[in-house]
Amino acid sequence: MKSLEVSFKNPFFKKASSSQPYTTANPFRVMVHKEIADNIRSWRFTVLLALIVLTFFGSMYVSLSNIATAVANVKDPGHLFLYLKLLTTTDGTLPPFHVFLNFLGPLLGIGLGFDAINSEQNSGTLIRLMAQPVYRDNLLLSKFISALIIVSTLFFSLVLLMIGGGLLITGVRIDPEEILRIFSFTALSIAYVAFWLSLSILLSVKFKQAATSALTAIGIWLFFTIFYQMIVNMIAKALLPNPAFISPGQTIYYNNIVLNVLRLAPGRLYTDAVTTLLMPSVRSLGPLTMEQMAGAIPSPLPFKESLMIVWPQVSGLVAATVVCFAWSYYLFMRREIRN
Amino acid sequence: MENAVIQLRGLTKCYGKLKAVDDLNLVVNKGEIFGLLGPNGAGKTTAILMMLGLTEPTAGTAEVCGYNATANPIAVKRKVGYMPDSVGFYDSMTALENLLYIARLNGVAEAEVKERAHDMLKEVGLGADINKKTGAFSRGMKQRLGLADVLIKQPEVIILDEPTLGIDPSGVKEFLALIRQLSRQQGLTVLLSSHHLHQVQQVCDRVGIFVGGKLLVEGNLDQLSRNLFAEENYVVDITLKEPVATPWRLEHALLQMEAVEKIAVNDNNIEIACSQNVTPDIVRFFVNENFDITGVQQKEYGLDEIYQKYFENNLTENTDEKPGGFFQKSFLQKSKQ
Repeated sequence: MKSLEVSFKNPFFKKASSSQPYTTANPFRVMVHKEIADNIRSWRFTVLLALIVLTFFGSMYVSLSNIATAVANVKDPGHLFLYLKLLTTTDGTLPPFHVFLNFLGPLLGIGLGFDAINSEQNSGTLIRLMAQPVYRDNLLLSKFISALIIVSTLFFSLVLLMIGGGLLITGVRIDPEEILRIFSFTALSIAYVAFWLSLSILLSVKFKQAATSALTAIGIWLFFTIFYQMIVNMIAKALLPNPAFISPGQTIYYNNIVLNVLRLAPGRLYTDAVTTLLMPSVRSLGPLTMEQMAGAIPSPLPFKESLMIVWPQVSGLVAATVVCFAWSYYLFMRREIRN
Repeated sequence: MENAVIQLRGLTKCYGKLKAVDDLNLVVNKGEIFGLLGPNGAGKTTAILMMLGLTEPTAGTAEVCGYNATANPIAVKRKVGYMPDSVGFYDSMTALENLLYIARLNGVAEAEVKERAHDMLKEVGLGADINKKTGAFSRGMKQRLGLADVLIKQPEVIILDEPTLGIDPSGVKEFLALIRQLSRQQGLTVLLSSHHLHQVQQVCDRVGIFVGGKLLVEGNLDQLSRNLFAEENYVVDITLKEPVATPWRLEHALLQMEAVEKIAVNDNNIEIACSQNVTPDIVRFFVNENFDITGVQQKEYGLDEIYQKYFENNLTENTDEKPGGFFQKSFLQKSKQ
């Protein structure tokens, strides 16, 4: 992300904008513009869009038909947050939208980024582009930013559609806290997609063939969604002592270790964070002792507290994104670009 | 040097042990069309990439338009239009869109960008295909679009890497004429690389022969041939109806003639090298001896011979230093026929 600043602060851009302030466009903006247009016109994006919109409306339909029972459930401290309920309620036929997004998000990110660099190199457009007076990192950044702009627009319009539809159908006023929570859920989903996007861009720099990079990205995704948890649990079972023979303190200690290892998976980070944000009754992401629970009033957490709980998850996701991006930057900057 | 536009000093690039470009020194002046000639794998593309700052040299400097290409590539790229050997376009975009993109990247003002792109496409002869997707373009059309692409930024220098590759002969002629015309009209400096001798011969003011990473010789065609064939000024090639026996009984008699220096007999073909133009005397000699002459050809030295000569020299010096060696050999055999 820092390179964005760097290129904008570069003297060349300043000079260009000061000498002809109104006529010429900044090359970086031109590139982002072109990438967005390219993405929107592509079949691939149409398919991904259809997939996301379909799941969104599917889960909205399910939650709308069950919203009455969910809101009437007085035992749930968060039952009055109608719009949060819209996003999370389900009767078991379809998972709620955020769970869908947990595995569709990676697909979106991978789909938008897996051939970012290698397809340009294979078709011979990369060298033509690099012969123009543009910085190399601008290309990488424009691929990332343009896909991110598209994803953000998509998610925000879906969420706004959901809020608008909810307002029309139920007529219930939306709480400011709900808006905050829903928007931070959206931002988090974008960060999650951004991670997969930067990972797939990294692979597209690394591998010459688009098919290889796509397969590798999908392999990583499948590993984390299916096998990672299984493997960690298996190893934990084999290595950790039987909980029946150790003190509760030790049990919690080991439990935390396993949880932390599980949190290396980006999908897990996303689920944790999103669940906390969308369900204000969630108070902690780890195990809680009886003493900690004693005296607690079963009430929804304020937004700020929920945000504090998920802050490590958010930082983790953003950090992983930045690491992938920095790595692809490193690989791309010194690389031979002839085909 | 008077207004040198491209100045390479000791430019070297190594890939591991292989020296792709070896101590290249070259000056190209303003308004000149320079041809970089060499077989495939000679390091032409690598040298060009270093001039654009797209590849870092292992040693030496490349200076283009007064800027160091390695340290200041953006400034160089703003002045130089480069067409790669296999030029690629965004297939899903039309010719106009492809061109507009490049123009905008080069900071052409939004107000005039469309007009300029239209004019440029007409100029290179793609006026009818402006809104056609480049995915449907033929090789020659792509090459033309590539030229438009290079020219739209109004460069001072254009570098064309194998510009005639894969175009049909009539297309090549047109294309080269276009380049020459543009260069003369706008005072552009052109550097083009090729392994096609005849084509380069048609347009270049000066050529450099580049083999195995080394620039063997440079100069205009006259200079090159004079340097090379100093001892064989004129060669007469005589074709007879009947093959003659070797050793030829009249060889000695012919050598007695003034100015005749060397005779090579090959079936019904006799090649005679002489220091002066004595073609009429030689023909008379053959007629007197009752030979049936079917053809007399006075040889002029073109780039082909020069090229071949240099390869011969180079081949004897370093036989199998580089995989290019095989290619040179087969190339030689082909041109010797």
